[in-house]
Amino acid sequence: MFAYILRRLLYAIPILIGVNLLTFALFFVVNTPDDMARLQLGVKHVTPEAIERWKAEHGYDKPLLLNAEATGSAQFTDTIFFQHSAAMFVFKFGKSDDGRDIGNEIRTRMGPSLAIALPVFVIGLLANITFALLMVFFRATYLDLWGVVLCVVLMSISGLFYIIAGQYFIAKLWNLLPISGFAGGIDGLRFILLPVLVSVAAGIGSGARWYRTIFLEEIGKDYVRTARAKGLSEIRVLFHHVLKNGMIPILTGAVVVLPLLFMGSLITESFFGIPGLGSYTIDAIQAQDFAVVRAMVFLGSFLYIVGLILTDISYSWADPRVRLQ
Amino acid sequence: MSFMPVILWTDALIFALLAGVLALAWFIRRHDHLRAPWEAVAQRPMAMGAALVLGVFVVIGLLDSLHYRQRLPDSPADKPQYSVEVMSAFDALVGGLRTRQEKTYSAPLAMQLYAMEFVERDGVAVRDYPRLQYGGAHLQHAGDRASDIARRSLAGAAQGALAGLLLFAGLAAWQARRLRLPVGTWLARWRQGGLNWPGRTLVGMLALLLMLGGAMAQLASGYHVLGTDKVGQDVLYISLKSIRTGLVIGTLTTLVTLPLAIGLGIAAGYFRGWVDDAIQYLYTVLNSIPGVLLIAAAVLIVQVYIESNPELFDTAAARADIRLLALCLIMGMTSWTGLARLLRGESLKLRTLDYVEAARAFGVSNARIISRHIFPNVFHLVLIAVVLDFSGLVLAEAVLSYVGVGVDPSMYSWGNMINGARLELAREPAVWWQLGAAFAFMFALVLAANLFADGVRDAFDPRLGGRR
Repeated sequence: MFAYILRRLLYAIPILIGVNLLTFALFFVVNTPDDMARLQLGVKHVTPEAIERWKAEHGYDKPLLLNAEATGSAQFTDTIFFQHSAAMFVFKFGKSDDGRDIGNEIRTRMGPSLAIALPVFVIGLLANITFALLMVFFRATYLDLWGVVLCVVLMSISGLFYIIAGQYFIAKLWNLLPISGFAGGIDGLRFILLPVLVSVAAGIGSGARWYRTIFLEEIGKDYVRTARAKGLSEIRVLFHHVLKNGMIPILTGAVVVLPLLFMGSLITESFFGIPGLGSYTIDAIQAQDFAVVRAMVFLGSFLYIVGLILTDISYSWADPRVRLQ
Repeated sequence: MSFMPVILWTDALIFALLAGVLALAWFIRRHDHLRAPWEAVAQRPMAMGAALVLGVFVVIGLLDSLHYRQRLPDSPADKPQYSVEVMSAFDALVGGLRTRQEKTYSAPLAMQLYAMEFVERDGVAVRDYPRLQYGGAHLQHAGDRASDIARRSLAGAAQGALAGLLLFAGLAAWQARRLRLPVGTWLARWRQGGLNWPGRTLVGMLALLLMLGGAMAQLASGYHVLGTDKVGQDVLYISLKSIRTGLVIGTLTTLVTLPLAIGLGIAAGYFRGWVDDAIQYLYTVLNSIPGVLLIAAAVLIVQVYIESNPELFDTAAARADIRLLALCLIMGMTSWTGLARLLRGESLKLRTLDYVEAARAFGVSNARIISRHIFPNVFHLVLIAVVLDFSGLVLAEAVLSYVGVGVDPSMYSWGNMINGARLELAREPAVWWQLGAAFAFMFALVLAANLFADGVRDAFDPRLGGRR
C-alpha cells in the first residue's frame, strides 16, 4: 500500500512538469512578455520604453531559459522559466499584476470557496442519490419514465439560467435571501444558502440520471436476485445491497473532484459575489492577469492529480476485491 | 453580379461536414448491419420528434452559412465595389426582421417604447411612451392591438395547418404508391400506429411546428414578436442568427476532437508499450489542467494574434469567424481526452480477440487491422460520444461568453445575448425578453439534441440492449 502510494506520487511529478512546461510555452513562448505588456498597456500608443519598464516591474525582463550574461548556477536561476514557472513547484506563485502576493490571496480565498463548494458537493450527492433511488424503486413504471424525462429537461437548461432565475425570483421578487455577498461565521449562512440551492438544482438532472444507470446495472446482477429469493423486501434489497454496491463507482467518481472543491466554481462565485478562488480566477481572466491564471492552472492540475491518487486509494478502501500493488 | 459570395472558414467546414454526413448516410444505407440500429432509432417517437426539431435548427443554420456581400449600388459596373457588411441567405429571406430597428427596448408584441420620452401632442410636450416606428405601426388605436394579434396568430396557425395538411396528403399519396396500398388503408395504418416509423408523432410534430412558424411569421410582419434589445434590434432575429453559432460550436468542435481521439485512443490501446505510455501521459497532462483556464489562456493568445495582424481579415465577420473557429479548435483540444480513454480501453480488449489474433498471424499489417477490425468495432462509441457531446458544447458556449473567452462580442450568440442582458433584470420594470429568448432557444436546441442522443445511445449501446 505505502509503496503503491509512493510510486503514484513519483508518477505525478512528470505530469506536473508537463503541465508546467505547457503553461510556460503558452504564456511565454507563444505569447511573449512583449505581447503581454502591449495587452496591458493598450495596443495603440505604446512605446518600447513603456514595454521595457512594464517588463522590468514584473520581472519579465530576463531571458527565457538561459541567462548567458550570468555566471555559475545563476545562468539557469536568473531566468523567467526558473523564477516564474519552476518556482511553482514549491508553491511560490509570485505577485499578480496589481502587486499582491498570489500565494497569500489563495490562502485567504480558499475558505469562502470551500464554504460554497463543500455543501454543494455533499447536499448534491445526497439529493442525486435519493432521486436516483426513487426512480430505481419505481423502475419500469410511468413514474420512472417521467423521472428520466424530467432529468433530461433539467440537464438541458443552461446553468446560467438557474443562477439568474434563482437570484431574480428568490432574492429580488420574494426577498427571501440576499441576492449576493458573503460573511464569515454563522452570519454567513444566509449568504451561502442561495448559491448552494441553485448549484444543487443545476446538477441534479445529469447526476440523478447517471446514478440511476449505475443502480440499474447493479440491480440486474445475480446477488440481487439471490437476495430477493431469500425473501428480502424490495426496500431492504435496495438499501442494503444495491445502494452499498452502487456506492463504489459513485464514491470513487466523487473522490476525484474532492480536492478540486478548493478551487471553487467560477460562475457561481462571480454571480453571487463570493470572494473565493473562482471569482479570483474569473477576475484575472477578464483583467488578463497572466500571473494569476498561470498560478491557478498549476494549482488546479496539482489538486486534480491529488484527486487521482485519492481515487486509487479509495478504490481499495471501498472495494476489498481491489488490491493495490 | 449584384453580390459577391463570401466563404468564411466555418462555412467551408460546415459544408464539408454536411457532405461527409451525407456520404456516411449513403454508405450506411447500403449496408444492412449498419442500417439496423438506425432503423431502431427511427422507431422511437421521442428521438424522431427531436430529430425533426433539430432538422429545423440545422436548416436555419445552413441557410445562415451561405454568406455574400452586396454590391454597392453606386459603384461602376466594370470595377464593382462591395459592402463591408457580410449577409447570409437567411438575412435575405427574413428581410424586414433585420432592418426594422427601433430606438431602444420594447416589450414583446408592444406598440410603444419601453422608456418614457417627451412627445409633442396637441402642441404641448407630454411625457409618454412613444409609439414604435415599426412594431404595431399599422394600428390606428391602441385598443385594436389585442384583436389584431389574435387575428394574425390565428391566420398564421391556420396557414401552417393548411401547409401541414397538404404535406401530409402528399406524404400519404407517395407512401401508399410506394407500398402499393390504397390510400385509405395507409391512412388507417397510420392512425393505428401500424407503420414501421412513428407516423403520428412525426406528423403531429410537423403540424405543430408549421403552425407555430406560421403564427410567428404573421406576427413578425407587424410586430417585434420577442421585443427589441437595447439598441432596438429585433430579439427574434438575434435569437435565430445565434442558431448558427450554437451549431458550429457543437459540430465543428467534435470534428476537431474526432481524429485526435480516434487516432491516439486506438493507437494507445492497440500498440501498448511506450506508445501507450506517451499517449496516456499526454492526455493526463491535458486533463489535469482545468478546462476553462486552458481555453481562457488559448483564447487570450488568439486575441493577441488577431489584434496584431489586422491585415489578414478584410471584414469584421471574417475576424469574428476566425475567433469562432479558434474557439472550436481549442475546445476540441481540451475535450478529446475522454473519448480517447474510452477507445483505448476498448481497443485493449479487442486486440486480444481471436479474429484480431488470426489477422495478425496471417501477416495483415497493423494499419489494415486497425481500419478493418478495430475501428468498425469501436465506431458506435464514437457516434454516441459525438451526439452526447453536442449539447454540452452548446451550453458551454454561454458560460465561456460570460467569462469573456467565448465567441467574438460582435457575433450573434446566445451566450453574448445572456452576457449583454445580465443587468436587464435589475431594471424597473424588468427587461426579461432578451434573456428569456436566449434561454428558450438554447433549451429547445439542447433538449432536442439530448432526446435524440438518448435514442441513438439506446439503439447503439449493446450493454443497454433489452433494458428500458
